[in-house]
Amino acid sequence: MGIMMLQSGLLTTIQDAGRRGYQRYGMGVSGAVDVHAYIYANILVGNRQNEAVLEVTLLGPKIEFTSNSVIAITGGDLSPAIDGTPMPMYRAVQIQKGSILSFGPPKTGCRAYIAFAGGLAITPIMGSRSTYIKANLGGYEGRRLLAGDEIAFRRPASCPANVESRIMEPDHFGGTYTVRVLMGPQDDSFTEKGIETFLSETYTVTNEFDRMGYRLTGPKIEHVTDGNIITDGIAFGAVQVPDGGEPIVMLADRQTTGGYAKIASIINVDMPMIAQCKAGDKIRFQKTDIETAQKAFRDQRAKYRAMREAFDAPQPASEKPPAPAAPAPQPAAKAAAVSGTGPHPYRIVLGGKTYDVTVEAIK
Amino acid sequence: MQYPFIKIVSDTALAVVFGNEISREIITQIRAFDEAFNEEQIDGIYETVPTYCALTIHYDPGQILYGELCEKIRALLAVAHHAARISIVVMEIPVLYGGEYGPDLQKVADHNGLSPEEVIRIHSSREYLIYMLGFTPGFSYMGGMDKAIATPRLKTPRVLIPAGSVGIAGEQTGIYPIDSPGGWNLIGRTPVKLYDANRDTPILLDAGMHVKFIPVDETEYLRIKGRVEAGRYHCHTYVKGDE
Repeated sequence: MGIMMLQSGLLTTIQDAGRRGYQRYGMGVSGAVDVHAYIYANILVGNRQNEAVLEVTLLGPKIEFTSNSVIAITGGDLSPAIDGTPMPMYRAVQIQKGSILSFGPPKTGCRAYIAFAGGLAITPIMGSRSTYIKANLGGYEGRRLLAGDEIAFRRPASCPANVESRIMEPDHFGGTYTVRVLMGPQDDSFTEKGIETFLSETYTVTNEFDRMGYRLTGPKIEHVTDGNIITDGIAFGAVQVPDGGEPIVMLADRQTTGGYAKIASIINVDMPMIAQCKAGDKIRFQKTDIETAQKAFRDQRAKYRAMREAFDAPQPASEKPPAPAAPAPQPAAKAAAVSGTGPHPYRIVLGGKTYDVTVEAIK
Repeated sequence: MQYPFIKIVSDTALAVVFGNEISREIITQIRAFDEAFNEEQIDGIYETVPTYCALTIHYDPGQILYGELCEKIRALLAVAHHAARISIVVMEIPVLYGGEYGPDLQKVADHNGLSPEEVIRIHSSREYLIYMLGFTPGFSYMGGMDKAIATPRLKTPRVLIPAGSVGIAGEQTGIYPIDSPGGWNLIGRTPVKLYDANRDTPILLDAGMHVKFIPVDETEYLRIKGRVEAGRYHCHTYVKGDE
């Protein structure tokens, strides 16, 4: 028992943390594009880190539940509703058998993630349940989900502790995104002027944006000679600049290797902003260093760990959690851009109470 | 800059760069270092990806920081540099040349002023080193083809090339592991599956391995194809001694 697809939506696929260990054979990593929203969704329903979820793109699917479930939806607000009633995002929600989850017009962001308590019963291929459409591999028959597809829950009737109080502050999307980058590995393929252009101008997402990469348009970035290199490895968040001088950001379904010069790479904690961009959104690049980037990475991981522990901690029986109030809105994109300096403060709503917590980076 | 050196690729990847050209020497150094590095089993390493000039190392900065990883790599480089004695593993890949399986065989022959039989003889007489894999699952970049059969790639790529097709592009030769578009001249096809998601080793070939093409006729091709589909065919592999 699990879910049945009534409508496919634009592009709904099964994704997890990705397929690691096969890039040397030309096999891409795949996995959730917005890793942050993916992890949040799994934490909310009490799943372990690597559980498969549904990645929904812009126009969401219609899904019938063939058994009771606990789900959570994170990422872009694509107007989810249960039996026609708007469904709150960034919290665990109990769903009755027979209920129908649908989506409306996309309000913010580009991708939403639906996690199901107990996960999805999909056979892992090469250690991952992620769908890699180009190789017809993984997920549900190696393809996007279509009407009529049925997926069982991996551990049916799973219900996390404190389900009423598993609530997070939502991430907010919109405006101009400033993402931090590490220069290189081929910044020496660009002139000083080219690098200055890259770091000072604003770039716009074109219509060519998918799970593989985002093609941006804006002032041309000048090469020393051209944009070709001897083929080498590509990382998540790499910014390639082919001969035309306009950047391409590489995402989850990127090829493992490529022959275009990479001027910089976007740091992992800032990649969720790119994942939630769609055509017309504006991006600016800001230079940072490896120490800052990796500290931010560790801070964010510590935050996930603390949230998991707080959610799963036993609550006093006398303190029955009241219906929680809607979380306070945050400034645009703040949640996605974790500050890289000093201890990172964040907020957990638990049992109707709000806790402001600071976590030191774990050394 | 003196090789090898370490370059930041992203906050979760770095590259150990061994040179700036496509050569057997560099690829051999990369392979030796790759093996030595993976033997260390350092915590927090996701995977390594050998390419023409560098080894890309993908890692988890939650477990190991850039500076810590650099220290380990530098210590290892000093040792691995002397440990580049590697045996040559050759895998034999049966190929049915020409006809509908290799529609460009005549074109390759004409371009080089040879007969199709000579093209087949030249193409199947060498052991090709796999420099790297990339592009699609299992696509191998092989080096060392005889220039006598080099042929420029098609002006207009084909929309669909069947898996197993063996092609020539410039001085390179290779095999398409999955159905995909492509612009290489197709001279034959192998019944062997280079990529099979449901096999224990989904990708048959690996960087550093050598490939030797064995011409087969249609009867043999179909016999092998039947065995491949039944999961009962294994390519003949031999070791050629130390390099």
